[in-house]
Amino acid sequence: MTTQPGTPPHTIRRLLIANRGEIACRIMRTAKRMGITSIAVYSAADQNARHVRSADEAYALGPAEAAQSYLNIDKLLALAERVGADSIHPGYGFLSENAAFARACNKAGIIFVGPPEAAIIAMGSKSDSKRAMQAVGVPTAPGYHGDEQSLARLQTEADRIGYPLIIKASVGGGGKGMQVVHASTEVASAVASAQRISQASFADDRLLLERYFPKARHVEVQVFADSRGNIVTLFDRDCSIQRRHQKIIEEAPAPGLQTEVRSRMSKAAIQATRAVDYVGAGTVEFLLDTDQQFYFMEMNTRLQVEHPVTELITGLDLVEWQLRVAQGESLPKAQEEIIQSGVAIEARIYAEDPANGYLPSVGKITHLRWPDTDARLRLDVGVDGGDEVSSFYDPLLGKIIALGATRSAAIARLSGAVDEIEIIGIVTNRALLAAVLGDANFLNAAFATDFLSVQSHLIVGEPAATDEDLLLGALWYASANQQVDALWQDTSGWRLASPATTIWRFGDRKVSIQRMRLGHGAPNLYLGHCEVGHGEAQQVSMQLLARDASSMRVDVNARITSINLCEQGQILHLFRRRETGVSRHVRLRLLRTDDTLRASAVVDQGSLITPLPGTVVAVHVKLGEKVSKGDALVTLEAMKMEHTVTAPYDGRVAQLFFVATNRVTAGAVLLALEPA
Amino acid sequence: MAVIASKIDTSSAEFAQSRARMRTLVDELRALIGQNALGGHAAARLKHQAAGKLLVRERIDALLDPGSPFIELSPLAAQDVYGEALPGAGLVTGIGRVSGRQCMVVANDPTVKAGTYYPLTVKKHLRAQEIASENALPCIYLVESGGAFLPRQDEVFPDREHFGRIFFNQARLSADGVAQIAVVHGSCTAGGAYVPAMSDQSVIVRNQGRVFLAGPPLVHAATGEKIDAESLGGADVHCRQSGVTDYYADNDLHALAYARRAVATLQPVPCVSTSGPQPLLDESEIDGIIPQNSRKPYDVREIIGRIVDGSWFDEFKALYGTTLVCGFAHIHGNPVGILANNGILFSESALKGTHFIELCCREGIPLVFLQNVSGFMVGRAAEAGGIAKDGAKLVTAVACAAVPKYTIVIGGSFGAGNYAMCGRAYGPRFLFQWPNARTSVMGGEQAASVLATIKRDTMQSAGQSFSPQEEEQLKAPIRDQFERQGHPFYASARLWDDGVIDPKDTRRLLGLVLSLGRKPLTQKTRFGVFRM
Repeated sequence: MTTQPGTPPHTIRRLLIANRGEIACRIMRTAKRMGITSIAVYSAADQNARHVRSADEAYALGPAEAAQSYLNIDKLLALAERVGADSIHPGYGFLSENAAFARACNKAGIIFVGPPEAAIIAMGSKSDSKRAMQAVGVPTAPGYHGDEQSLARLQTEADRIGYPLIIKASVGGGGKGMQVVHASTEVASAVASAQRISQASFADDRLLLERYFPKARHVEVQVFADSRGNIVTLFDRDCSIQRRHQKIIEEAPAPGLQTEVRSRMSKAAIQATRAVDYVGAGTVEFLLDTDQQFYFMEMNTRLQVEHPVTELITGLDLVEWQLRVAQGESLPKAQEEIIQSGVAIEARIYAEDPANGYLPSVGKITHLRWPDTDARLRLDVGVDGGDEVSSFYDPLLGKIIALGATRSAAIARLSGAVDEIEIIGIVTNRALLAAVLGDANFLNAAFATDFLSVQSHLIVGEPAATDEDLLLGALWYASANQQVDALWQDTSGWRLASPATTIWRFGDRKVSIQRMRLGHGAPNLYLGHCEVGHGEAQQVSMQLLARDASSMRVDVNARITSINLCEQGQILHLFRRRETGVSRHVRLRLLRTDDTLRASAVVDQGSLITPLPGTVVAVHVKLGEKVSKGDALVTLEAMKMEHTVTAPYDGRVAQLFFVATNRVTAGAVLLALEPA
Repeated sequence: MAVIASKIDTSSAEFAQSRARMRTLVDELRALIGQNALGGHAAARLKHQAAGKLLVRERIDALLDPGSPFIELSPLAAQDVYGEALPGAGLVTGIGRVSGRQCMVVANDPTVKAGTYYPLTVKKHLRAQEIASENALPCIYLVESGGAFLPRQDEVFPDREHFGRIFFNQARLSADGVAQIAVVHGSCTAGGAYVPAMSDQSVIVRNQGRVFLAGPPLVHAATGEKIDAESLGGADVHCRQSGVTDYYADNDLHALAYARRAVATLQPVPCVSTSGPQPLLDESEIDGIIPQNSRKPYDVREIIGRIVDGSWFDEFKALYGTTLVCGFAHIHGNPVGILANNGILFSESALKGTHFIELCCREGIPLVFLQNVSGFMVGRAAEAGGIAKDGAKLVTAVACAAVPKYTIVIGGSFGAGNYAMCGRAYGPRFLFQWPNARTSVMGGEQAASVLATIKRDTMQSAGQSFSPQEEEQLKAPIRDQFERQGHPFYASARLWDDGVIDPKDTRRLLGLVLSLGRKPLTQKTRFGVFRM
């Protein structure tokens, strides 16, 4: 089949993007290329966000809370009509799989860039969709998808299915509310938490139970259908590298898939698509067990976060396809015209701290450097330097996608790119991504969805400073004004008839830097001493070969190292490349005399402070209640994640400052706990 | 010819020998300064540190901006003077950058004789204040001193340039707008109490700093009152009750941070940053240029060419009075007029120098003296030619020049040559010596010969003989005395200079001190009567 000549039935000219972050920016890129006006919407938290800056037009939606902005159908439609939008792209998340939204768009005569309402409904409930798939012969995993949602019934069904099993929200996605249960006794609390999150995220607390295959891989098939009944697949993807059911590294095509399995899976995906009269971009997700048996999990009726890997191996623009299909055009290419070439891998950069339970990180991005892009390295990002990451939305900052002729080439390229990321101001999962991309099991594609829980040594934050980091940090300060005629601005500790020696303290570590001969044509040679124990020091010779405002090149004991640095307040950030094994973002805090003037706002019960802004969802204790160390005190929700603050010591609840639904700012004291 | 070209053969054996000898002298200097930098005895230092206190040099490092240069002054003060070890005279003084501004730091070393003041300690303290005054440098006193060293009270207490002058200076400096800031790290007893009390702002460390006119034993002796030191003059008393101190610090570091803030809040002074091209000639070659034998002449332009920007030197009257080289140059971007000896001073040389100083004074150009002089020419012809009045002209010009003057003794500093080339008595803002320098009223050999001649004449007129052996017996100790007393360490120990330096540091040091003096001149030079 080919593109129909002539003007399509509906032409998209003004596209409202009912989303934010990287996906909004991504959609605008294609819109611009197609000559379509992109209209951004923004909440109060996003007034100056990147997607607003990238748009042709931008309009306010309302308060920061998603329910009052990006999730508010009435406001979106009123706005779309007011500004004359002829179409709405929902992106992913938010209203992208909301049938009511699709319906409202149709009713208002606005093109909804997504599948028909009926397809969304059919696939929207995981339970219903499973039944539908069983009906057309697509394999599904054992589970319970029933309407009866009493705890008793869920408990019974769970025991029937067997453990481990997984509890999921019937609607929604993104792993939100998902809980793995290993024993019968855990069901009740897991159900309560899943219901709460599902209700908060999707306004629907129905759950489903499924057998959990810990060694299974997550393989999905990208499908595309037009309104004329044409369906193609754009091949498969593997998304097994997940943290807490949230994908972080995805690739296309899925590695190691037997040809026959691949073909059956592809057929099953098309069957599923056809079964619900699907139109547009969709993804059929399967679990692939160790014996290459696959089971239908769900169909995502939207563009996926990881769609760029498919775009890179096919050379197609899925957003363009979405818009053209939404305009009523036929699929731009027939199946046999779609050629797959190379391997593409994507890494998602999240504002979260893997070393601290993936705690989302909020704040201002004070320094940001993405790797340089080219035909084989793509960046889909939603933030720029200077932007604020708020606690209101998903902490995805962006994605880096590399294309290689082979899987190992793609990994090498992506790994190098991840090494180059420099982000200051918020904590990210960069080090975790670097660790995974360098892991031998990953390189061998020997993984399942439990990869990270098995390879838990890869769950790392940025590592602590090494002696060499300290020496280089001290050298940075000591050579700040290394010109021979810096005179009074010199920072190398010039002395008369004594060595120019400076001492730099980073925490409890002490480094001394001695500048060797200064003057006519002398090399910039320094001797560094890093105190390793009491009185002992390691001596290192360092020759500063080049230095500018943000980098230096140093010969350290006859090995060249190039390093980027960024000084922010008292913190010196060192971005070290892989020369020492793995790339690292090292933070050094220089102690200065003036620090002693900063009175520390001492809060004795440090661990009773909110780790980040969020909403109190449950207070587990009552005033006067006695608690033991480790007892749950308060549960907070931030960035759609729950965090429970536990008692740091035995004690009695002396004061409670918040109740459920209260919003709290970072650093707020949650309650006063009198030590027992 | 404006750019100085070198005629030195750096591959010659002579060059290598000269360099090796200078390196030996510099190594000796560095070793001595390094030893002194440790401070008092190890036991005293350990006791000090055990009390949670920083050593004096740690205090200074913490006070200065990280990595700041520090021109330490007179680190050899009191070296081998009192028959007991007194490193740096128990006081560290110097100029460094504090909160972005150059300041004079005067810090007691309590590990050296409890920081008490010997006569040379007083002299060093007063000299630091004098430099602060001339260069408008805020003064920061890091005080921890037992006050006057009592066994020598007669040499430190009553005279014009004794202890009292410290406070006189504080009052006058403060009046001139030169900030006075004190940090009380330890005891400030009796006279010492006036350092914080006379300061504009003072900081005191809790449970450590003490200020009182009389300590507990004296109070008990005088009034019978029994009181402990903290209750008598601790931080709580002075910050809460007496108002003697203004800032209450938890520890040494905290106190130094307050001092840094005090400087930061002073009226800002525009920081003039100057720079100039490196000399074309290598500064480090100076070592090999100075001949081992100090009588052996060399061309002083070889030195100038290694100190001034781009080795560029606009020489004045190059063909006249050639034993005094005069000319204009820049050092790290600062314009200077250089006067450098290139042999004995003749009438013409003195007249040329006088003429050149007049020029520089009219144009407000600072003067740099490179002193290597055995004196003025003597003999009938010279005297008849008026060498005395011509020398007097140069001395008058040097004495009256109101532009900043800087003296480096790069060789001999003998007799009236010392005066004419801006010796200590002529008020250079700074005076530094190279380790090969020699200072005395005349050379040791000449002095011995003069004394031997007198002795011979006396003996001969008494009809006695004076054998060559006897003559040598007379001359040897005189030569030794002149050699010992003419040594730069001897001079530096007595504060005849501000320090002995590595010749390689000369350019940088001059750049540093010249940039301190870069402010509009308020005083116009008025010369005295030139005897014509």
